Amino acid sequence: MHEMGIAQQMLEIAVASIPDDIDNPRVEKICVRIGKLAAVVEDSLRFCLEIISENTPLAGAVLVVEEVPVGLLCRECGHEWTVDTPVFRCPACTSGNVKVLSGRELEISTLELAE
Amino acid sequence: MEINIQKKVLEVNETMADRNRNFFKDKGVVVLNMMSSPGSGKTELLCKTLARIMPDTRTGVIVGDICTTNDADRLESTGVSVIQINTDQFGGDCHLAAHLIEKSAKEMDLEALDLLIVENIGNLVCPAEFDIGEDARVVVLSVTEGEDKPLKYPLMFRLADAAILNKTDLLPYLDFNAGEAVENMKQVHPDMPVFELSAKTEQGFDPWIEWLVATVTSKSTNNK
Repeated sequence: MHEMGIAQQMLEIAVASIPDDIDNPRVEKICVRIGKLAAVVEDSLRFCLEIISENTPLAGAVLVVEEVPVGLLCRECGHEWTVDTPVFRCPACTSGNVKVLSGRELEISTLELAE
Repeated sequence: MEINIQKKVLEVNETMADRNRNFFKDKGVVVLNMMSSPGSGKTELLCKTLARIMPDTRTGVIVGDICTTNDADRLESTGVSVIQINTDQFGGDCHLAAHLIEKSAKEMDLEALDLLIVENIGNLVCPAEFDIGEDARVVVLSVTEGEDKPLKYPLMFRLADAAILNKTDLLPYLDFNAGEAVENMKQVHPDMPVFELSAKTEQGFDPWIEWLVATVTSKSTNNK
């Protein structure tokens, strides 16, 4: 259960990125990108963020999660593909020398502030 | 009004992990992050491993648990220098983060070490996500767990440099299919070496020790 720590980091980054000259800012939406390979449970993250954002500009903000698929590149034959199951062997040449191109993301992309 | 951020959530940990890596490199110590679920036999494996590699490979251990110093007490009996981290004072964290390693590592005489082994908190999920500045990762699975664990916790097995299948002395008494477990590890990480062994009887121990010593040698050459 490290989602609380992740939620805390998200809150810190989000609050720090709100311009100082806005009085009583209120965040309506926080958009994040989470790779399918990241060890994060979306429901837990939602729950943790809801709890720790009380009395902050993020209170009541909607968390929008963009799921990033696991994208792989075969270092032997150059084949690129995405997987839904955790099988990291090249379907074209069966090599196991595979690079993970995407799927480990854990990023805040944007905030939407109320006017 | 939309604010564009595009920032990694764990950036702070990653920055600290890089700082740790540079610090360890300066001190000439190779760092191994050992992870598994609770009860897979990490501490027993470490005790037996230390008995084999010390004093030739001068080794220190940082051990993480939510509470108790039981693991440190067991490890200390091997004569190794050991520091216990308890995370209950940090909210009972389920993993060791880079800042905790930094603090403990500074309490150790790293110049007198070739190898620092970090026995992470028993958990196959969270520790995988937190870089601590290690040179290599080892994941331990035991035959009393399920064969499908590598598929259920792919990040842990994907990021490991080697895997150990422990407690093989129990295989005659279980329905566990060791071949299937190893195959599942290979699905997630085809080129990863897997060592099937029993920390209790030390059956199958030699290839693991050879891998460990060779890794310390090659990483310490690279670090120089």
